[in-house]
Amino acid sequence: MDKLWLIIKREYLTRVTRRSFILATLLTPLGFAVFFVVVGLIFQYESDEARKIAIIDEGGIFGNTIKDEENLYFKFEDRSLESLRQQFDELEYDGVLVVPAIKDLLSQEHTIYYYAKKQPTLDIESLIRSRVSEQLRDYKIEALELDPKQLQALDTDIELEPEPIDDESEDATKLTGAIAAGIGGIMGVVMYIVVFIYGMMVMRSVMEEKTNRIVEVMISSVRPFQLMLGKIVGVGAVGLTQVAIWAILIPLVVFISTLVFGIDSNTQMEMAQEQPGGMNPEDTQAMVAMALEEFKNQNWWLILPLFIFYFLGGYFLYASLFAAVGSAMGDDLGEGQSLTIPITIPVIIAFYIMIVAIEAPNSSLAVWSSIFPLFAPIVMPARLAFSPPVWEVLLSVVLVAATSVFFVWLSGRIYRVGILLYGKKITLKELGKWMFYSD
Amino acid sequence: MATPILDLRNIVKAYEKQIAVNRVSFEVPRGSIFGLLGPNGAGKTSLIRIITTITRADEGEVFLDGEKLNSRHPEQIGYMPEERGLYRKMKVGAHLTYLARLKGLSAREAKDKISAWFEKFGIEDWWEKKVEELSKGMQQKIQFIATVVHEPKLLILDEPFSGLDPVNTNLIKSEIHELRDKGVSIIFSTHRMEQVEEICEHIVLINQGENVLEGRMAAVKDKFKENLFQVDYKGALPTDLLAPVSVIEQQPERVVIQVQDESDSNAFLQQLLNRGVQVTAFNEILPTLNDIFIRQVSN
Repeated sequence: MDKLWLIIKREYLTRVTRRSFILATLLTPLGFAVFFVVVGLIFQYESDEARKIAIIDEGGIFGNTIKDEENLYFKFEDRSLESLRQQFDELEYDGVLVVPAIKDLLSQEHTIYYYAKKQPTLDIESLIRSRVSEQLRDYKIEALELDPKQLQALDTDIELEPEPIDDESEDATKLTGAIAAGIGGIMGVVMYIVVFIYGMMVMRSVMEEKTNRIVEVMISSVRPFQLMLGKIVGVGAVGLTQVAIWAILIPLVVFISTLVFGIDSNTQMEMAQEQPGGMNPEDTQAMVAMALEEFKNQNWWLILPLFIFYFLGGYFLYASLFAAVGSAMGDDLGEGQSLTIPITIPVIIAFYIMIVAIEAPNSSLAVWSSIFPLFAPIVMPARLAFSPPVWEVLLSVVLVAATSVFFVWLSGRIYRVGILLYGKKITLKELGKWMFYSD
Repeated sequence: MATPILDLRNIVKAYEKQIAVNRVSFEVPRGSIFGLLGPNGAGKTSLIRIITTITRADEGEVFLDGEKLNSRHPEQIGYMPEERGLYRKMKVGAHLTYLARLKGLSAREAKDKISAWFEKFGIEDWWEKKVEELSKGMQQKIQFIATVVHEPKLLILDEPFSGLDPVNTNLIKSEIHELRDKGVSIIFSTHRMEQVEEICEHIVLINQGENVLEGRMAAVKDKFKENLFQVDYKGALPTDLLAPVSVIEQQPERVVIQVQDESDSNAFLQQLLNRGVQVTAFNEILPTLNDIFIRQVSN
């Protein structure tokens, strides 16, 4: 036990004190922040060149009022198009918009003209079209003597409110599904990354020890199984440390950076509101409040421990396999690549099943995959927020725990043979045989 | 006689397709330097791995200091494998402490003992250096310290001088002798026969998994001597004198002869003196270990 502890300590400490680890751990959240800020700025970006557009309202549709936009100013002109054209340069207009009178109130099409030296940019074009369209609508309502309230009543928003059928069923709001999918997706992706990054880290480290020839010195002091287990646990602790730091730092840094750079989610909502049929601000606020409430309502006391369990279970299961493969590899990384494929395939399949499971968490594919131990560590965390039946979770937990213990043992049997074998190209079949070698 | 430090009895180890060690038995006397010899692939490494408890023998028994080999024994053995390495990114001091603690030393003991060795080798300033900053020869020294720091009863050195320059070779050699004088038993595995001849007191020769030769160095040589004598003289040699012996080699003023029986050499020398030949040297030619090795292995 003492020796195992020494090995774990070394594996952990040499990694977390390495400059590359500290940099990666701190810079990744910073990278996220930069990403968010840049994306936010890009979305927020509106043309910064101020533009002036003259409007010739031939049919009096606008009634001389139109709202200016940031960097975009409208001015009604009484002068003719011809005179504006002649003085175009002196007047410093960027374009002249001609809105002809409407001949047929029932027509669904109306052509307006934009005179300019340069083509209108996409943002200006869509802005002008939506402005004129809104204005025309009001104009038509008045001209046709329609009741605006009745018209509004024609558009009906449908909300689906899930209700429990009896007292035992869970009560949910309309956002339950979306929030659960969000949580599930994030957990699934984290699991996928964890298995790959840290599993590979174990494999590389085993290979390094073998090619370094330190391994024979080591196993004259400790049992190969202790060495392998110590490495897996040590690297796993490194993974937990890193993920825990990220789980705190990434939201924090993203939050701070959005504050500093003044990008908040409202920007995107405002943009959504500008679209016809978008939500109005009250709805949005209610929605955010409901989402937060829903987020709080999740059973985190169950989800978080289970997530950590699947983190460890999935990690042990795959990292031990990676360790076994690493022990069989020679100095040449490329040569062993074919051996890692059988490990990576289930991980990738599980990832795709996880994506499907978020949309249909109770489909039989999702249910059985979250019980099958090779897929469960990635699929089950994605389903947790959808409150899967207790027996499914229990069965899955038992199977994952048993399988990871079994795989660690099995990999230990391969590992003890592999690390002492040099200069031989290893096939999968041979790996299989090693399991049955005596000590 | 004292219990041998190591006693191997009928060791068998087979791998999938071949038998690596086939019924090998030998004893390593306490406090001696013992040569474990054999060509590549003879089964030396398999034997060493069994002794160091890295693998287990299929059959047979190993006794260390009279006790059947068990899981506590690695702490009493120091093993320097032929294929050796260190964690390149670790600092020398931390690395040695780690290896020493895996051998059962406390942190405090480890630090004291490593410091003593550093002082002995005059490398006190290496403590904070990273392993990768050291040259290969320097790393070998660290490796040697790692092997002996826990004061093992039995030291197993597999090609300990490979890659060492003559200065460091001598340094390690004198350390080996010093340790032997302190009562440590040393198994020395190599195929450099001149080193064995120089250092070892006992040898065992393994070939194709079997023990083909074993014993004290002098006895082994004695067993394989061919009654060859080299005679150096001044002037001419009467040819009839050479009739009773077989001449192996003849040069001006030097002849190498072989006699039937060891005692015949005396009679031959007597004859030379009686006939007034001026003999300047008369030596028995003993076989080198290299000759014995080659002869045994190629048989």
